[in-house]
Amino acid sequence: MAASESYPEGLKYHREHDWARIEGDEATCGVTWFAQDALGELVHFEAPAEGGSTAKDSSYGEVESVKAVSDVIAPLSGEILEVNQKVVDAPETVNEDPYGDGWLVRIRLSDPGEVDSLLDVEAYKQHLAEQ
Amino acid sequence: MQTLLRTPLHGRHVAAGARLVPFAGWEMPVQYEGVIPEHRAVRNDCGVFDVSHMGQFHVEGPNAHELLQSLLSNDLDKIGDGEAQYTLLTNERGGIVDDLIAYRIGKHQYLVVVNAGNRDAAYAWMKEHEIRGSEVRDASDEYALLAVQGPRSIERLGLPDAKPFTHAMGELDGVEVMVNRTGYTGEQGVELMCAAEDAEELWDAVVARGAVPCGLGARDTLRLEVCYPLHGNDITEDTDPISAGLGWTCALGKEFTGADVIRAVKEAGPERKLVAFVMEEKAVPRQGMPITGVGDAAGGEVTSGTHSPMLDKGIGMGYVPADSAGPGNHLTIDVRGKDRRATVVPKPIYKREET
Repeated sequence: MAASESYPEGLKYHREHDWARIEGDEATCGVTWFAQDALGELVHFEAPAEGGSTAKDSSYGEVESVKAVSDVIAPLSGEILEVNQKVVDAPETVNEDPYGDGWLVRIRLSDPGEVDSLLDVEAYKQHLAEQ
Repeated sequence: MQTLLRTPLHGRHVAAGARLVPFAGWEMPVQYEGVIPEHRAVRNDCGVFDVSHMGQFHVEGPNAHELLQSLLSNDLDKIGDGEAQYTLLTNERGGIVDDLIAYRIGKHQYLVVVNAGNRDAAYAWMKEHEIRGSEVRDASDEYALLAVQGPRSIERLGLPDAKPFTHAMGELDGVEVMVNRTGYTGEQGVELMCAAEDAEELWDAVVARGAVPCGLGARDTLRLEVCYPLHGNDITEDTDPISAGLGWTCALGKEFTGADVIRAVKEAGPERKLVAFVMEEKAVPRQGMPITGVGDAAGGEVTSGTHSPMLDKGIGMGYVPADSAGPGNHLTIDVRGKDRRATVVPKPIYKREET
């Protein structure tokens, strides 16, 4: 079942419809409800390699539905500590729980100062309203 | 600025919350709840598609049969009144102008249903070749067409059993319909044609009987699982029927446009063949992706690709050199710069398991 629309407080958001949950110098990243809804049920997550890196504003993977494929944009730069194997095996997890079980990667931030450039939930909702 | 055309069911699609997209000049529903649940509804039970964007031509007159025999690849002498035939409209180069279904109403009266994207081209072609005693008339705007497909479709509609590729006039919940035992999903089902002004009433009746509204997204995944070609992707004005595996639709013992070219291809053997393949790795092939690594020969190209909801794998079709076209041959698909392994499989890709 697809999740209903939500944008949790306490996450940081990127304009390209990605979110980051910051915990110290680490962050968990995924795509927002808006992104998964626009794509439809996901059938493939082209995941990056663990141990690789993300660069803020650049693609680190692809998510794909029956009809469309989209780059996943890194909200922050860092080292990829972990890829969510559950999403690799069952991509629809992203549709069911985009902010929980449907996270994509966990990274160690290389420049924690970048966090300041991300949107808070109110700013992201404003950004969505302008889409 | 170009305005998108709308079918008589546009209001129903909007009300149902469908996601509408431009398709061949029409604003059409690509999905309602989602491609995958809609796909499963058709494989397991019953779904309904608005395919009113397709074109309907009446071909009539004492020489209607003769005209169609000269323009269409298949042999209309093989069918009688109340029967239908899958056939090709070909050009002088043996290419495919459109693939279509001809419904024989009488010796002097046919209905042909053509692809939405080829309606103008097919009409112009047929009109141009009209002969004395035949008339081709584009009646597309007068009709709505609903495809009701799935193993329970006949039961849900309360229709009698009938053979595939037959048709009859009938009534469904008070709406006069032409009931065509045809479809594009590989499942049992019908295509119901009614007057445009009755479209909403028919749609409501079919949905009330339990058919799940389905969009063009599921229509594409369903047809690709069973390897029905899509004109514009897998077959075009530049591809011949033999290479496309549609030799069975060509009656090479009769004369029709381009028949000599098609005979020559058959005689010499096609250089390339349209094959079906299944991905061996997690990846979704898409139209236009190069097929490389086909032996020493030049590669090919994916003409249709998607994710198969039934196999839960990437599937597709594409042209490859004939010597690489056998089932079991390994292909490499260039998926956005990454080589992904695939294997040629027999058509259809999906077949219901015998129970």
